[in-house]
Amino acid sequence: MKRDYAEIFFNSLARLVTYSITAVIAYIIFDIVRNGIGVISWEFLSGFPSNGGAKGGILPAIVGTVYLSLGAIIVALPLGVASAIYLTEYGKQGKFNEMIRLAIVTLAGVPSIVFGLFGLGLFVLFFDFGSSILAGSLTLALMILPTIIVTSEEALRAVPRSYREGSLALGATQWTTIRTNVLPYALPGMLTGSILGIGRAAGETAPILLTVAAFFLPRLPDSVFDQVMALPYHLYILATQHPEIELVRPMQYGTALVLLVIVLAFNLGAIVLRSRFQRKIKSQH
Amino acid sequence: MWKEKAIKFGLMSSASVSVISVALIFLFLFKEGGDFLSSPGIGSLFDTRWTPVSFVNERFGLYPLIAGSLLVTFLATAIAIPFGVLGAVYIAEIAKPREREILKPFIEILAGIPSVVIGFFGLIILAPFVKNVFGLYSGLNALSGALLLALMAIPTIITISEDAIKSCPKSYRQASLAMGASRLQTLWRVVMPASLSGIIAAIALGMGRVIGETMVVLMITGNAPQITASPLESVRTMTATIAAEMGEVAFGSEHYQALFIVGIVLLLFTFALNIFSRLFYRRYGNRS
Repeated sequence: MKRDYAEIFFNSLARLVTYSITAVIAYIIFDIVRNGIGVISWEFLSGFPSNGGAKGGILPAIVGTVYLSLGAIIVALPLGVASAIYLTEYGKQGKFNEMIRLAIVTLAGVPSIVFGLFGLGLFVLFFDFGSSILAGSLTLALMILPTIIVTSEEALRAVPRSYREGSLALGATQWTTIRTNVLPYALPGMLTGSILGIGRAAGETAPILLTVAAFFLPRLPDSVFDQVMALPYHLYILATQHPEIELVRPMQYGTALVLLVIVLAFNLGAIVLRSRFQRKIKSQH
Repeated sequence: MWKEKAIKFGLMSSASVSVISVALIFLFLFKEGGDFLSSPGIGSLFDTRWTPVSFVNERFGLYPLIAGSLLVTFLATAIAIPFGVLGAVYIAEIAKPREREILKPFIEILAGIPSVVIGFFGLIILAPFVKNVFGLYSGLNALSGALLLALMAIPTIITISEDAIKSCPKSYRQASLAMGASRLQTLWRVVMPASLSGIIAAIALGMGRVIGETMVVLMITGNAPQITASPLESVRTMTATIAAEMGEVAFGSEHYQALFIVGIVLLLFTFALNIFSRLFYRRYGNRS
């Protein structure tokens, strides 16, 4: 029975590899929580930074990140959901559809820094929005658009065909059918996509580097044409550009922890929602 | 009826935003950077030195940046492939259902950790570690960057490869097992070859993610623009160059235009990897 040993060996190796990956993830999260938790206080979360970020809080960065991700989702969600509806419900296999699909795949593969260059060229300079929340949100919106389209499409496809046929057979128009018999069932799945999108927008640094982020701006924005600080950029500045990098280490860990908690909370929410949705769809069949 | 048509038209317009965006991205990169190609000319890109800020001789050679990106990308991919593929095999074939339901989301979490946080972790924990292990002056080098990028590519490779392995028809396995092959033989000689195109698609997609990643390499590869094949040397990637220098250039200057050219080259690399991945993905999609 020599072969069994080979299998046992291989299985153990694969198990070791898989668990070492999870161990690294766990260690990263553990390290940031352990060193960041002591920094978190009400003053840190609700105060304004001073001394170039060495002292004080990170409120403007939190607010900036919230504005940017909300702005991105407000633009990307309707566009993404409408695209997905068109692709699954209206678009038959054709040249135009194929082109849209290719565009989505291409868009999903565009490096985030290239989105930054694009946002700089189109929104900041050509439309003359300047370095602003508006320019940054629009750039982020295009970046998360593919995620939202793909997850919304999955949600729409998961709705059984019979739901549509029943409505159409009763004489309802196609849009009425979609509105009353398809969308309500696809909604949780679409929500998953948008939550994932918000999480991604909140964590990205490179696109906002060139379109919105302020180095140090200890006040809250007045309009969408203002620059803002943002958590990822603030962390980058504190960790690499600050004159006293060792001294501000606690602030770095605190910022990293807040960013990590925000992004992971969104991702976890999306994962939980998705598994619930999948269970619900299964039970309806 | 006009209402139906209007709605359809509205949806179609929304769907074409993706197409328009892709076109605009190419258009605006060329609009901002295109002048560079006529003056100082496309020839100056084929140079071995990137010294955009110099009083004597400004040089915009892309070779060191491309070399930096390729070195980091190949290293990262070489590290990520065994981990990603074995991880996918484990989750798809070996893990118990319960175990799988915990492992999968956990690895997806890794995909969700912001790159700047991973870079920060690398700066504080990994770089000193690499420095000590190899007895270097600094741990900010291609290897440190590649290790972190591998970590970021692994979830992509695992998720898509696992899909590919799972979609291998049951009948293939049953046939192999019925012929008296062991489970391990079935896995290596039947399931894996059948899933290969999906796995290659996964790796290409992971590579695309790695070559386009900015913050991690900016923070941890040391950023010296030089042509080297040594993982222990500092390198500067295309992405890091754009991120680091765009903040300091005068709009419209040659340097500014050159950075957009770097963006175009980078976009072409990722575009090629994407198309490559899609071709393979299709093949595995068609089979099942």
